[in-house]
Amino acid sequence: MRVVVDFDLCESNAICMQIAPDIFEVRDDDFLYVLDETPSEDRRSNLEESVQRCPKQAISIEG
Amino acid sequence: MHSSITIVGASLAGVRAAEALRSEGFEGVIKLIGDEAHIPYDRPPLSKSFLEGEMTSEKLSLLTKEKITELELEIRTGSKASKLDIDSRTLEIEGEVEGFDALVIATGARARKLPNTEKINGIHTLRSLDDSIEIRDSFKSGNPKVVVVGGGFIGCEVAATASAFGVEVTIVESQDVPLSHVLGEEAGRVISKLHTDNGVQLKCGVEVQEFKGENQVEAVLLKDGTLLEADVVIVGIGATPNTEWLEDSGLTIENGVCCDQTCLAAPNIVAAGDVARWDHRGYGKSIRLEHWDNAAEQGKHAALRLLQTDSEALPYAPIPWFWSDQFDRKIQLAGISSPGDDFEVIVDSPEEGRYTAIYGNAGRLRAVLGINRPRHVMQFKSLMEEEASWKEALDFARGIG
Repeated sequence: MRVVVDFDLCESNAICMQIAPDIFEVRDDDFLYVLDETPSEDRRSNLEESVQRCPKQAISIEG
Repeated sequence: MHSSITIVGASLAGVRAAEALRSEGFEGVIKLIGDEAHIPYDRPPLSKSFLEGEMTSEKLSLLTKEKITELELEIRTGSKASKLDIDSRTLEIEGEVEGFDALVIATGARARKLPNTEKINGIHTLRSLDDSIEIRDSFKSGNPKVVVVGGGFIGCEVAATASAFGVEVTIVESQDVPLSHVLGEEAGRVISKLHTDNGVQLKCGVEVQEFKGENQVEAVLLKDGTLLEADVVIVGIGATPNTEWLEDSGLTIENGVCCDQTCLAAPNIVAAGDVARWDHRGYGKSIRLEHWDNAAEQGKHAALRLLQTDSEALPYAPIPWFWSDQFDRKIQLAGISSPGDDFEVIVDSPEEGRYTAIYGNAGRLRAVLGINRPRHVMQFKSLMEEEASWKEALDFARGIG
C-alpha cells in the first residue's frame, strides 16, 4: 500500500502525525513530511484513521 | 441485528455514521435524512476559503454520487424531521409517520440570532452554504462596511476573511478580550493583536443596543453610545442544538440530547455531533462539542454503538481538538481549558507568528493552544491522552521551548 498526500490541500493540521507518527511528521518549518510512503499492511487501520480525520481530506491510500 | 438504520441529520456526523456502518459490514438499509436542499457538505470552509471565493461548492461536498451508490444510501434532502416517539419507534418526516429499527440523531446546531433582526436585510448568521454565498456576495458589492457581532472563532474567522476583501471591518465583543472565555485573557490578547495588526477594528466590553435601518441595515448602535456605520452585519454569538423536534420524544434533552458514556440516548438510539451531550468518562461530566473532528469521530462511534451489545460498547472519551484559520495563522486548541487554569507560555515569537501555551489544573495538563505550531499541539495532545501531569507537561515543554 502507498500513502499519497495532496500537498495542495494539506494545511499541516498535523492530526495525521498524532495518529501515525511513524508515517507522518510535521516539522518545525510547518510542512508535512511523509516518513514512510509504503508502510506495512499492519499500519492500515492507523492510516485509514489519518485519512478520515484529516480536515482537508488530503491523504489517500493506494492499494 | 437491525434490518434498517435511520440517520436524521445529513451533515458530517450523519455521513460518517453511514460510512462507518458500511465499513463495519452492516448490510441493512441506511436512510440518511437531512433538512437542507443540498447533498451533505463540509462546513469549515464556509467562513474561510469558500467565503473568500477560492473554492467551488462541489469541492465542499462530503458525498459524491458514486459514493452514495457505493454505500447504498437512501438519501433524502430537503426533508425535515419534526417528531420522534421512542415508545412507538416512529419518526415524523415532512408530515409522514415512519417507523425505524435503530436511529442516529445528528441534527446539529444552528446559529443563534439576535431578536428582531429577521426582517432587516444585511444582517446574517453563518452556518449554511446559502449563508456563506449571501455573505460573500455582500462583501463583493460596492465597498461595504462590515460589522461582526461576537468575537468568537466564527466571528474572528469571518472578520479575517472580510478584511482580505479589503473592506472595513469592526468586531463588537461583549467580553473585554475576544476569546478570553476559551483561551484566557493573555492568549486572547495575542489573537486580538493579530486582528488589529491586520486592520480590523475591535470594540470590546460593549454590547449591541440596536440596529438602525428600516429594511436594510445602516448602522449598529452600541450600548456605550458608539454608532458604527454598517452595510453588512454578521452575528456570531454561538449556536443552539437542534432538539426542538425531540421535545416530546421521551429522550432527555438538556442543552443537547443526553447520552451515556457510549453515545446511547435510549435503547437503539444514539446521538452524535453538535446535538449530542454525553458523559465524557475522562472529564467526569457531560459535555457537548461543536467541533469538526468531534462530529466526524462521534458520528462513527455512535453508529457502531448500534451494532454492539451493552457489554461490547466502549466509552467515547476523546481529547477535544479544533482549529481556526485567521489571516495566515493556524490556531489550534486541544483539550479543555477553564478559567483560573495554570497557564504557561512555551513559545512566543511574534516575528514568526508562532505561539504555544499550555493550560493545567488539579495537577494535570488540560489543554494546549498553538498558533502556527501544529506539531506542538499534537505532542501535547498525545500527553493529554496519556493523562500527563502538569509537571510532566512542563518538563516536556522545557525540551521544545
